Amino acid sequence: MKCNACGERDGVVSLTQIVEGDVRTVSLCAKCAAEKGIETGIGLADTPLGGFLAALGESADPDAPLATALEAGCPACGATLRDFRDTGRVGCAECYQAFDAPLRELLRRLHGSTHHTGMRYHGTEAAPAVGAPDGGTRELREQLRRAIEAEHFELAAELRDRLRDHE
Amino acid sequence: MIDLSLLPDGGMAWLEASGPGSHLVVSTRVRLARNLDRHRFITRTDPMEREAILTEVERAADSTAGLGRAVKFRLDRLDLVDRQLLHERHLVSRELAAPETGGRVRPGAGLLVQDRASVMVNEEDHLRLQALRSGFALEATWGHVSTLDTELGQRLAFAFHSEFGYLTSCPTNVGTGLRASVLVHLPGLVLTKEINKILQGLTQVGLTFRGLYGEGSEVVGNLFQLSNQTTLGKTERELLDHLGKLVRQVMEYEERARQILLRDATAILEDKVWRAFGLLRYARTLSFEETMNLLSGVRLGVGLGLIPSVGMYTLNKLLVFTQPAHLAAAQGRVLADEEVPVRRAAYVRQVLEAEVGRRGPSAESPPTQG
Repeated sequence: MKCNACGERDGVVSLTQIVEGDVRTVSLCAKCAAEKGIETGIGLADTPLGGFLAALGESADPDAPLATALEAGCPACGATLRDFRDTGRVGCAECYQAFDAPLRELLRRLHGSTHHTGMRYHGTEAAPAVGAPDGGTRELREQLRRAIEAEHFELAAELRDRLRDHE
Repeated sequence: MIDLSLLPDGGMAWLEASGPGSHLVVSTRVRLARNLDRHRFITRTDPMEREAILTEVERAADSTAGLGRAVKFRLDRLDLVDRQLLHERHLVSRELAAPETGGRVRPGAGLLVQDRASVMVNEEDHLRLQALRSGFALEATWGHVSTLDTELGQRLAFAFHSEFGYLTSCPTNVGTGLRASVLVHLPGLVLTKEINKILQGLTQVGLTFRGLYGEGSEVVGNLFQLSNQTTLGKTERELLDHLGKLVRQVMEYEERARQILLRDATAILEDKVWRAFGLLRYARTLSFEETMNLLSGVRLGVGLGLIPSVGMYTLNKLLVFTQPAHLAAAQGRVLADEEVPVRRAAYVRQVLEAEVGRRGPSAESPPTQG
């Protein structure tokens, strides 16, 4: 949505105003918001997704590891982290494996968790899911290994406990 | 123009005002985001792959109870006004309908509708299942969409990660893929200037609010869509219970604010609601925003028993039928921009006149105080 004040730049702040009893929501770009003295605390750049996406592009040095990481493609669909930064959308289910560490970090920031506790998918009638993917020891070990590798020690401790219960 | 009579209730049973708490809550919606395991997500698909996705979904849906009799639409083969019509009825999102002039529809974009449930295909995710009901009905709405999810999941291989749950195109929907929203009318909290505090409080406890048309839409007519912010780390039940508990609280606050207004500002309140009614009854041009705000005043008056001559169902229908594509559909032709406010005012006058006539002319007079 375009900024309602200048009509040129994209709006980054949604401002709900009450004018004589009527509620109105207007969209403002960062510049117009600043001119009106409005805190951009709810602006895109400060949301977990916006901040994270912006941080992905901070490295200007082409030799820096971040820049290299941005160009690495998902083996299944070819999407890169740069694509993700530009669109905010991942390319395929495999991307969640290919970009495990950054996406895991993003999920943690967005949702405060990386662990799905809701309904589990049991596969189609023609091809039911094999075993118990959530509770299986092998799967838990694999998750633990990834958590340690990514230095997510809080999750690693949780997984270690679940593994202990399981065994 | 498309024939929406194919849909038994025009896909608008959610306007009935028959559900619980209908004097405050217009509708309840629950949607689930799902993707097919063997296909790339939307930003990486080409038209051919999206065509294959649509075919797979339609074929699977044909053998389900929930969508076996569904009416199917191809958004990419519809005119702008027809896409707008579906968008105005809350059957398709802005992203899928591209309802603005010159908007480009994604090839392969489809919609299946049956009863109170529908599936958008090739939206931001391959499937967006949604159920929509009248009033505050989280349980029934969730039951409906969940059954549909089970049926489709038995026929289509969904993308599911052992740790992250259901995988979605945008990480904000990962996990349950569930977004439940309740469209609630809060003029009391706006008039008592409590609304900002309430909304701020809600955002701090994991809820978010939007306008009548969801993400990116403006709040008009004091209608707020309250929904869960996160989708991962909590069960579907926990997300729904949390939202339900907070919506009930907001409803209580709204009731309390209305009683305070009625007690401390009776004359001002009565004047406000009757002025709104008067303008809607006799105005010759009406903008959409003004209509929404006036309808809010009348809705408040009806909710408080100050205006006895109008039903909530009629007010709900006006929310949808006063929008541009619906006005055009009623005329059977595309309307020029300057003609829309005139047609809108004429339509509102006609509906309210019929309503007052139906309920008897005496009903139009305000209750007199002794």
